[in-house]
Amino acid sequence: MESNVILQAKNLTKIYGQNVIFKDISLDVTQGETIVIIGPSGTGKSTLLRCLNLLTRVNSGQVFLDGKEITAQGYNEDFVRQHIGMVFQNFLLFNHLTALDNVMVGLTRVKGMKKPQALEKAMHELTRVGLADRAGHYPGQLSGGQQQRVAIARALAMDPRVMLFDEPTSALDPELIGEVLTVMGQLARDRMTMLVVTHEMGFAREVADRIVFMEKGSIVEQGSPDDLFNHAQHERTREFLWKITELYGNKEKQKGGQ
Amino acid sequence: MLTDFVSYIIQGTVTTICVTLIALPSGLLVGLGLALINIYGGRWLSWLSSTFSLLMRGVPPIVLLFILYFVLGGNGSLINLEPFWAGSMSLGIVSSAYQMEILRGALLSVSGGQMTAARAIGMSRLKAIRYIILPQAIRLAIPPWSNEASIVLKDSSLVYALGVPEILRRAQQLSATSQQPFLAFGTAALIYFVLVFATNRLLDFISERSKLPTQPV
Repeated sequence: MESNVILQAKNLTKIYGQNVIFKDISLDVTQGETIVIIGPSGTGKSTLLRCLNLLTRVNSGQVFLDGKEITAQGYNEDFVRQHIGMVFQNFLLFNHLTALDNVMVGLTRVKGMKKPQALEKAMHELTRVGLADRAGHYPGQLSGGQQQRVAIARALAMDPRVMLFDEPTSALDPELIGEVLTVMGQLARDRMTMLVVTHEMGFAREVADRIVFMEKGSIVEQGSPDDLFNHAQHERTREFLWKITELYGNKEKQKGGQ
Repeated sequence: MLTDFVSYIIQGTVTTICVTLIALPSGLLVGLGLALINIYGGRWLSWLSSTFSLLMRGVPPIVLLFILYFVLGGNGSLINLEPFWAGSMSLGIVSSAYQMEILRGALLSVSGGQMTAARAIGMSRLKAIRYIILPQAIRLAIPPWSNEASIVLKDSSLVYALGVPEILRRAQQLSATSQQPFLAFGTAALIYFVLVFATNRLLDFISERSKLPTQPV
């Protein structure tokens, strides 16, 4: 694949008080690539995503979007975020707006699009996540899985260069996880550039072009799913993957037992 | 004679309603501004608005009314407004502190995630407040605001002390001239009650109508 780097992180470091969240992280995200970031809780995966779209400021290091340094002083953050979509663990739909308006609000209020065009675009995105028939529903009337799919549509509507997913299925009931992963899998096949923090190993194995294993604020190892799952270089990577796979095995067994 | 009696007080009702309709919205406007700078305005503005609120809420409204009256209106004051305007605006200023607290609470009740999500699709802070945070906060604020609305309506009787011919002032005059205090003040009480009752029902209705659906359809 031709290397066309969309998003580039250079030597990022984030410190909260005395706590080093992550240190000296560098990562290149290529066009059309799906990267899955895995690792134990509290290793700074989510904070890393938030730093990439400037929701949180890094202490040092640079982030480049399409070759322009977005961490530069005075760079328009709001403009950056229009081009980097983000999906949150707890969906964060706008509670006072219908599914359709959730998707439309960015188009009309941020992009300044006319209502009829915005409506058409929003319906297109809702159809893409399979929720055209729920357009008039409020978040309170939707299941968690449906809310998360609306949230994905909301981010997609802005035509982002890259999509960030912060544990998108962690807050979902097990039977609702599948519908969200299906939508994400389809996006990956459509060659949307994606950076996904998740514990869904099945998704990582099947969909990821590259898996990044993070621990204690650094990238321990990265490579193709096959590299990591079958030929991990570091003991710690193997241990983590083994543990999390075992956890999944147990879940499967419990389901079968019920 | 009785009809004259009642119609005299009813003329005061118009004044009472006008005082309230000036005081309440101006208090809302100032209160909203104060609540916003209190939460989003940084340390100094936050401190300033908190202090204002503390002072306004720590002193009886009638005392503030007299103090403000001598700033806004009355002989030798700087601005020299009519008692009606000075009284209405003073009430509005006092109410703004209470309305600020109501709106502040409502704004803070909207989860921080809503702001994060709004920023994440590229909204500026101002747009996020305008299109995402405020519409949700206002829904939350209606029930406590309804309470404040009835308080302002009732406190409008305080401008009586400045000589504004509202309900209480007229009832007082009638009581003195007719020697029928029970009839005079009873009529005043009844009018206040009807006004407050109607206001609360109207706001309950608005609150009910603006509720977000949560049940599956």
